[in-house]
Amino acid sequence: MSDYNFAYLDEQTKRMIRRAILKGIAVPGYQVPFASREMPMPYGWGTGGVQVSAACLCPEDTLKVIDQGADDTTNAVSIRKFFEKTAEIAVTEKTREATVIQTRHRIPEEPLTEGQILVYQVPIPEPLRFLEPRETETRKMHALEEYGLMHVKLYEDIAKHGHIATSYAYPVKVEDRYVMDPSPIPKFDNPKMDMAAIQLFGAGREQRIYAVPPYTKVVSLDFEDHPFDPSKANHPCDLCGAEHTYLDEVIIDDEGGRMFVCSDTDYCAERQAEGHRGRLSPSENIEKAAE
Amino acid sequence: MQEQSLIGAFEAPPQDAARAFRAALEALARPGTIHEIKGGQAPAPVSEAAASLLLTLCDPETPLCLMGRHDTPEIRDWIAFQIGAPIVGPESAMFALGTWTALQPITNFLIGTPEYPDRSTTLIVEMEALSQDGATLAGPGIKETATLALPDIEPFQMNHALFPLGVDFYFTAGTQIAGLPRSTRISGTQVLEATEAN
Repeated sequence: MSDYNFAYLDEQTKRMIRRAILKGIAVPGYQVPFASREMPMPYGWGTGGVQVSAACLCPEDTLKVIDQGADDTTNAVSIRKFFEKTAEIAVTEKTREATVIQTRHRIPEEPLTEGQILVYQVPIPEPLRFLEPRETETRKMHALEEYGLMHVKLYEDIAKHGHIATSYAYPVKVEDRYVMDPSPIPKFDNPKMDMAAIQLFGAGREQRIYAVPPYTKVVSLDFEDHPFDPSKANHPCDLCGAEHTYLDEVIIDDEGGRMFVCSDTDYCAERQAEGHRGRLSPSENIEKAAE
Repeated sequence: MQEQSLIGAFEAPPQDAARAFRAALEALARPGTIHEIKGGQAPAPVSEAAASLLLTLCDPETPLCLMGRHDTPEIRDWIAFQIGAPIVGPESAMFALGTWTALQPITNFLIGTPEYPDRSTTLIVEMEALSQDGATLAGPGIKETATLALPDIEPFQMNHALFPLGVDFYFTAGTQIAGLPRSTRISGTQVLEATEAN
């Protein structure tokens, strides 16, 4: 028996968050205001995602938490421990074993299935905020479906750089209605958002919750002559050899040496366990491969 | 106040409400699917599913509208003791409970505003039974199409036409729940379409 109420939050707070989540599901891409609570962690560490997860978790759930694809970074480990302590639920690092996955800025490489919930941590939920700082104005722009400003921004990218230079938090249009910030996931992940799992987004400091139901149309904004390009580093993974995954660049010495590795640690480890090898895999394996 | 109003809450409120919410979430996120939701017991004729949904989502902050045979002193007492939601008319309700006939006309309920489409009513429609044999549904949450028996067709189509405004529906019967958000496109069954074509 934990000394905390199940999943930390009090029941009235959870009801309020649950009502906001359901409105988000009913109006995909619309940012529902909610009375975000102070959490025992600073803003910017996933307080929005944690509140959404707390409102969703059942005692039978298995939770996975990733930070930029990794299960073993400070943010992921501390949120996982938080729910182990306050909800006494099972945790895992395996994508397919998890029923609830809280993520900071990545979608797992393995396709998600029905019955899973993906909870995103969102810093700035308003895609128009850097173009128009006034909440009264952006709210009106969403109400009138007035998204010309966003296309001007993408056009200016092309005028300045020759291509759309936005590489993360790439704006999407949900079900032909609301322009939505997919949170700072790399644009490589945008096409995965049309998925079988329920996607929930929580912004704690900004007090917004929004959602994308399963099989919902999510289109990355682009132009006919500059179509959306979900690009990634043009290398295979140096540990597992995968050519279809999103990669992190890691500096490995002070002479400019670098390596590229899968950002999804669980996916990469599983591929290595299956025998896939990359350029910098441990030497005994390379020798074996050479024999 | 009768003794009946003192019983029927969740046995383990945090855990039971969490399971009930997941059923409600899956139901609304996947229109056409039917889920089990249980644990709440309100005076008749409120179904276990509707009672569980009220216990999960309603509290003193959510004005509730009771319609028809669901507006009895026993049910009002139960809600006052277990939930504390103020009982109001359709024009200011966040939630409404009743049979499909009793809830008419649904145009009396809140549909939200263009700036705040979330300020709308969620209708809990008590049914005899739930069945996946009926109207064809398409839209968010549905891979291609799904089917669900609805008490009517046209009012749901008109509600969808208001998107992103509109009301959202839950259908309850026994311990079963299904959801129909305003985003769902509805077309009549094959039989109905054929009749119209003639």
